[in-house]
Amino acid sequence: MSRRGGKMALLGLVVAGFAFLYLPLVVLVLFSFNASKLVSVWGGWSTKWYVELFSNEQILNAAWLSLKIAMINATGATLLGTMAGLVLARFGRFGGRTLFTGLIAAPLVMPDVIIGISLLLTFVSMEQLVGWPQGRGLDTILIAHITFSTAYVAVVVQSRASGLDRSIEEAALDLGARPMTAFLLVTLPMLAPALASGWLLAFTLSLDDLVIASFVSGPGSSTLPMVIFSKVRLGVTPEINALATLLIGVVALAAGAATWIQIRRSSRA
Amino acid sequence: MAEASASSPVTASHGKSFWFSGKGAVAGIPYLWLFVFFLVPFAIVFRISLSEPMIAQPPYSPLFGADGSYQGSFFNYQLLFEEALFRSAYLNSLWVAGVSTLVTLLIGYPMAYVIARARPLVRNLLLMAVMLPFWSSFLLRVYALKTIMADTGLANGLLLHLGLIDAPIRMLQTDFALYVGISYTYLPFMILPLYATLERLDWSLVEAAEDLGCRPWKAFLLITLPLSVPGMIAGAMLVFIPATGEFVIPNMLGASDTLMVGRMLWDTFFSERDWTLASSLAVVLLLLLVLPIMLFQIVQARREQRA
Repeated sequence: MSRRGGKMALLGLVVAGFAFLYLPLVVLVLFSFNASKLVSVWGGWSTKWYVELFSNEQILNAAWLSLKIAMINATGATLLGTMAGLVLARFGRFGGRTLFTGLIAAPLVMPDVIIGISLLLTFVSMEQLVGWPQGRGLDTILIAHITFSTAYVAVVVQSRASGLDRSIEEAALDLGARPMTAFLLVTLPMLAPALASGWLLAFTLSLDDLVIASFVSGPGSSTLPMVIFSKVRLGVTPEINALATLLIGVVALAAGAATWIQIRRSSRA
Repeated sequence: MAEASASSPVTASHGKSFWFSGKGAVAGIPYLWLFVFFLVPFAIVFRISLSEPMIAQPPYSPLFGADGSYQGSFFNYQLLFEEALFRSAYLNSLWVAGVSTLVTLLIGYPMAYVIARARPLVRNLLLMAVMLPFWSSFLLRVYALKTIMADTGLANGLLLHLGLIDAPIRMLQTDFALYVGISYTYLPFMILPLYATLERLDWSLVEAAEDLGCRPWKAFLLITLPLSVPGMIAGAMLVFIPATGEFVIPNMLGASDTLMVGRMLWDTFFSERDWTLASSLAVVLLLLLVLPIMLFQIVQARREQRA
């Protein structure tokens, strides 16, 4: 194969790969505007599914609950995950470090069903032993989400923290800054991008979780994925397409903004 | 497990004075959290897998009788080993996850390669494009795949229209749908670690080989590919391990009798309400995955050291 031919073949593969990633999103967006209820039939353009979405109490309530959980979870996981990431990046060796790295790595790959059932049984046993948590709901979902989100934030913070130039911190310390002051004024601002992407990652993970929430939630605390799952199981539900399109729109806007900032920054540099 | 105690003193081996005071607290808080809510739960699942189902609240028999005698048994495990259904569920889960991981690697490698070799600005845009689908709901994307692969869906419509097939092919409710679903949802998890490894690769080695007359594909096979093995392992584990216990994809895209452990565990727990059998299913799944998880942790730790 000629060098050029090889390059073209490689590019073709990559284009096909991206098409694979994006085709389902295109389908969701397109069919949210389909007047027909059937996915196989195009019945002309319509926005009626959006109207139906916004008059569906069940979906709106679940969306609100999920947003609340996602935000509290992201904040809690960013706090815990930042500590854990700094410990991994900065603390060197300490007794129990191997177990600690394991506790950070394992949640990244652990199947959801295992985390879900084990946490539920833990909550049930704790309730029997110490009377807390009483029943299951928002707080048990939060604990479960913070547990796995923390690991993701820790990895993001760790990789940023170990790439940081420490001489600036050391200069601050040499010039008499207290350790806490140096941390707050020098290290934390340099870590800010990692904190932001860690927060967003934790937010998304929480908003996306069906399996773990199904195990640890109680009656009356159905999250958005739980409602979507029960609806999708019953058959075609075009208002779910409308919901997906709104979500994709928000994500695309955020990504567009981030890209724009990046391009402006790199053209100024 | 001797070092597992969450209150274990956290001491740095080298006595360099860090700007941190109260290091123990900083390490101790996340340590304690993960210890209580991630590690202890495994012990509790194991304990409940030794009980028998009972109509009670909670629905399992106590481990110790009223007289303090031990009443646990390996009854559930015996069931798992004796019933062919459970054995084939585990084997099938490993098989489906393995095939899907291979497919993901084959699709993801060229993408990671091109991204790693692109100009910085293009590289960032492409990375964003890989991540973007991940940020929108996983459940909804699987649902979209379902509508695409349905008998009257887009894929069959297109193939019929092009005259490539005469009648719709059954795609949903087959293993093929599972491979597509898993490779699709886990593709970013393969690409990102691969990209990270390829991006840090010393490309001057490849250039030197080519300058000395080595053909590009040979330089790739002899230099690039071996050097990217750590990224391949990390990516493969990030796909394989969760895919083995996957519930949503087999439930939405697979047949009603698809044998996957994740789904079996879910049904045992939610439909049959047998918490003890579901627990033993989880324990055996965890045992099967212990080796891959350890492999993943080793690769992660190595990457962390190099960074």
